[in-house]
Amino acid sequence: MRKVAAIVIASAFFAILLISFYQIPQSGYSGSEYYYSNPITGSHANESVPSHYISGTKNETGAVNAVTAIVVEYRGFDTLGEVTVLFTAATGVAFLLHKGKGGKKRAEANLILREGSKLVLPFILLAGAYIFIHGHLTPGGGFPGGAVIASGFLLMMLSYPKFFMKEKPVSITESFAGITFAVIGLLGLLFASSFLENFLPLGNAGYLLSAGIIPVIYIAIGFKVGSELSSIADKFKEVQK
Amino acid sequence: MIEFTIISWIMALLVIGAAIYAIETKDLLSSAIAAGVASLVVSIMFLILQAPDVAITEASIGAGLTMAIFVYAIGKTGRWEK
Amino acid sequence: MMWPEYVTVAALISIGLYGVMAKKNLMKIFIAISLMETGVNLLLITIGYIPEGTAPIENGNFVKYVDPLPQALVLTAIVIGLSVTALALTLLIRYHSKTGTLEYRRGMKW
Repeated sequence: MRKVAAIVIASAFFAILLISFYQIPQSGYSGSEYYYSNPITGSHANESVPSHYISGTKNETGAVNAVTAIVVEYRGFDTLGEVTVLFTAATGVAFLLHKGKGGKKRAEANLILREGSKLVLPFILLAGAYIFIHGHLTPGGGFPGGAVIASGFLLMMLSYPKFFMKEKPVSITESFAGITFAVIGLLGLLFASSFLENFLPLGNAGYLLSAGIIPVIYIAIGFKVGSELSSIADKFKEVQK
Repeated sequence: MIEFTIISWIMALLVIGAAIYAIETKDLLSSAIAAGVASLVVSIMFLILQAPDVAITEASIGAGLTMAIFVYAIGKTGRWEK
Repeated sequence: MMWPEYVTVAALISIGLYGVMAKKNLMKIFIAISLMETGVNLLLITIGYIPEGTAPIENGNFVKYVDPLPQALVLTAIVIGLSVTALALTLLIRYHSKTGTLEYRRGMKW
């Protein structure tokens, strides 16, 4: 009975969603002035928020990747809040899960997985570091790079039953990265006019050392996300029943 | 563009099938893995929709870390749904 | 119109809704919620897509870019979703160690 009712409600919801998606105006079509109509670079006529982001990214922030410019520069305060949410969730996980004493014996992974993961781990870490250092030039940034680093450590945790993250270096990295983010914001208050404003030279767009504070903040976010996600995975591995 | 449409329909069917399997199966472990498969295919959809940043994030988080956390939690609590 | 993506979004959200409504196992409900989350992220990216647009990375040759704003939102939303899922699973593990079951108690659900 409950199942039938749930199926009926879910199908009705599916139909309603499809009907409402049918009403969404085609992107790029300049029908309504409230709809973002013309995100074409260089065109300042009928300026909307996305087209301002796209056309202003290079001149205002020095970054090439518009997504990075939005995450770190235009909406950097929002990103600081999200990093705080991540920190709170990691703290909650660490607080609620009991640390095991390692009494239960786990099965060893086979030889190919063990040796292969040992071989691959440096390359995964290098790829993660590349992703968050070049966040302003290529797709990627602190969040994906940190996730890639955490998945590298996850691979080690899967193949070695006794591999644990050392708690102290992880928490030091995490706190240092978070403090870097906040201190750069405060330096913006000191040297420029507002919190998290760019105070370093923009440089030539397209080079590694450009875009002012964006690479610095993204490197901090990369370390923070990487250490937090790997410590979450580590807590889930350690916990006893 | 017609190839992209065909690929997108195939991926849509894959995602829907994986999602239905993830909800309907009694085995929680295969349910978590099916949810990871749906997440992985959605990350390819992000790539086709010209969102490479999101595709990297979804591939490593949605398909990797989320699934691993679910698998660890299922290992702590029990595999079969009654 | 991007019909494959829109159909996927509608299916993911309604399948997740069905799972939340019909299932009793809390782990199953969390899996359903994470499927819905994937659907919502896909919806935001799909709305920001422009036919024949390229990724919002300036290279001088293209003039038409997709909307970067939903991509920036979804980028952080995925990471936040993972941490929220981890917190929920933590609470679930504690619940299981207290009660020895993953089911809803009788009367807590319709």
